[in-house]
Amino acid sequence: MESTILNKTDDKIIQIESPILNIDKLSVSYGGDKYSIMDVSAGIQKNKITAIMGPSGCGKSTLLRAINRMHELYPDTHHKGSITLAGENIYKINPIELRRKIGMVFQRPNPFPTMSIYDNVIAAYKLNGIKLKKSEKDEIVERSLREVGLWDETKDALHKKGTFLSGGQQQRLCIARALAYKPEVILLDEPTSALDPIATAKIEDLLVNLKKNYTIILVTHNMGQAARISDHSMFMYLGELVEYGKTKKMFTTPKDERTEAYLTGKFG
Amino acid sequence: MNTINSISNQKLRWRVFNDKLFSIVMMTLAFISAVPLISILYQLIKKGYKQVRLSFFIEVAPDTMEAMMAKVNHEIIPGGIANGIVGTLIIVGMASLIAIPLGLTTGIYLSESSKNKMANIVRFVVDMLQGVPSIVLGVIAYIWVVKPITSGFSALAGSVALSIMMLPSIIRSTEETLKMIPPTLKEAALSLGVPYYKTVLKVLLPTGMSGISTGIILGISRIAGETAPLMLTALGSSAINLDITQPSSAIPLLVWEFYNDPNLVNLIWGASLILLLIIFLLNIVAKAISKKWKVQY
Ligand SMILES: Nc1ncnc2c1ncn2[C@@H]1O[C@H](COP(=O)(O)OP(=O)(O)OP(=O)(O)O)[C@@H](O)[C@H]1O
Ligand SMILES: [Mg+2]
Repeated sequence: MESTILNKTDDKIIQIESPILNIDKLSVSYGGDKYSIMDVSAGIQKNKITAIMGPSGCGKSTLLRAINRMHELYPDTHHKGSITLAGENIYKINPIELRRKIGMVFQRPNPFPTMSIYDNVIAAYKLNGIKLKKSEKDEIVERSLREVGLWDETKDALHKKGTFLSGGQQQRLCIARALAYKPEVILLDEPTSALDPIATAKIEDLLVNLKKNYTIILVTHNMGQAARISDHSMFMYLGELVEYGKTKKMFTTPKDERTEAYLTGKFG
Repeated sequence: MNTINSISNQKLRWRVFNDKLFSIVMMTLAFISAVPLISILYQLIKKGYKQVRLSFFIEVAPDTMEAMMAKVNHEIIPGGIANGIVGTLIIVGMASLIAIPLGLTTGIYLSESSKNKMANIVRFVVDMLQGVPSIVLGVIAYIWVVKPITSGFSALAGSVALSIMMLPSIIRSTEETLKMIPPTLKEAALSLGVPYYKTVLKVLLPTGMSGISTGIILGISRIAGETAPLMLTALGSSAINLDITQPSSAIPLLVWEFYNDPNLVNLIWGASLILLLIIFLLNIVAKAISKKWKVQY
């Protein structure tokens, strides 16, 4: 750990009024006393896209995965600080309940390989053993696939395996799968880094449309992507949240020299 | 320029020659290793095909007098191996019933707790188990089952011995298959609010089904031909036996019995042929399943 505790002035971190998620002095460790993110505090605004940027290994995924308590799968991880979702401490909510309110999309498209497109969309219901009428299922499948713009492409092949789709379609299917439960927040960890530019553009458009109904947090390596679609941006460096502000402002007049160095391509 | 070209051409030709030589040597060696199998099959078919009629499958093994009479009259030995076939089905079936749930759970446990101390101990024990001679497993089943439970030789004791024998292959194939599944598939299920046990049962197991069932079938085919542990447990029976607490025959036991009786010795070919075909069939099924059920991630 280096002494990166420069004179951190508060105006490098914007204050969000009545945030849907509030991260308070969060530190996460994968074991021992080495923390991969340290003292991160930030509010997330509802119905906005918040981008998390920073060089590889700076803790973007670690921060994102703390929000749906994914770290608890690995026994050695521990944390300090807290996160609240709509005012409620997420560590007091049953993780299974919490994850139904917070959807997640991964770097590589990962539809369930044994399931059809149809079953992938309603996987949350199917796997949880929630019985639905055929008409209800049909409705959820159509609504979710329409939301991600995949309905027209797949409506005649709903019973084919999801893994037959192209990478970009698979990723949209995974977004549909995360939406089927109507979560409040969607977490995406570099969702387009395995996709070609056209598929990437489609996902970006899709995310912009989705923010009407959902709050979106997006980890991205791609500064252009953050600039194009995000409302707010975080810049992380060595486990620290260096700067957090309105995307436009941060890209034009970064307040921290490390943010500026990153945005001008001096490192990362 | 020219000299460089000609040198590289020469080198190239030498390499092409080498490649050819290499593949010829490989093919020859591969053929040589296939020779024993082909000759075994040839021998069994040649000597056993006459014996393998319908009656061979539905009648029990003849006694030595019947066989002697047939021999004297230059007839085909009457009777069949029905008691052995039924016995093998029951013993192997029951061994699978014991070993599959146990092996699956252990395999899942190992794949899910890779760095855990307890898991390492289990893994070590499973490896040791793999190396235990089958006759020793027979002795163990004798001590565990024959004496205290069935108070006498029994099909159940045979199943216990064979189930221990097939455990390592089920455990290992389950563990290896599940470990190959990308961790994000598990995370995807958990991130949908699916409880852990449902994630394992409804996502990981179905995804690994092809590898796991192949392991199970290969395990079955491995024990189907075992003789030594059955000698100490199931013992053998001249009649068809459906009671698992009673002694039972099995195809490999019959082969051994036929071998020891000069009047019946000619039956070993037909019986071995059937045993071999069953094992072949299991292997083919395993191959087909691993191909057909294979999932792409
Ligand atoms: N499972 C883990 N066990 C131990 N250390 C980990 C683990 N995952 C991440 N780390 C460490 O935590 C730090 C932050 O990792 P993280 O994955 O959050 O970075 P990231 O910003 O998402 O990087 P990338 O852009 O490469 O995805 C890194 O130093 C990494 O080595
Ligand atoms: Mg990451």
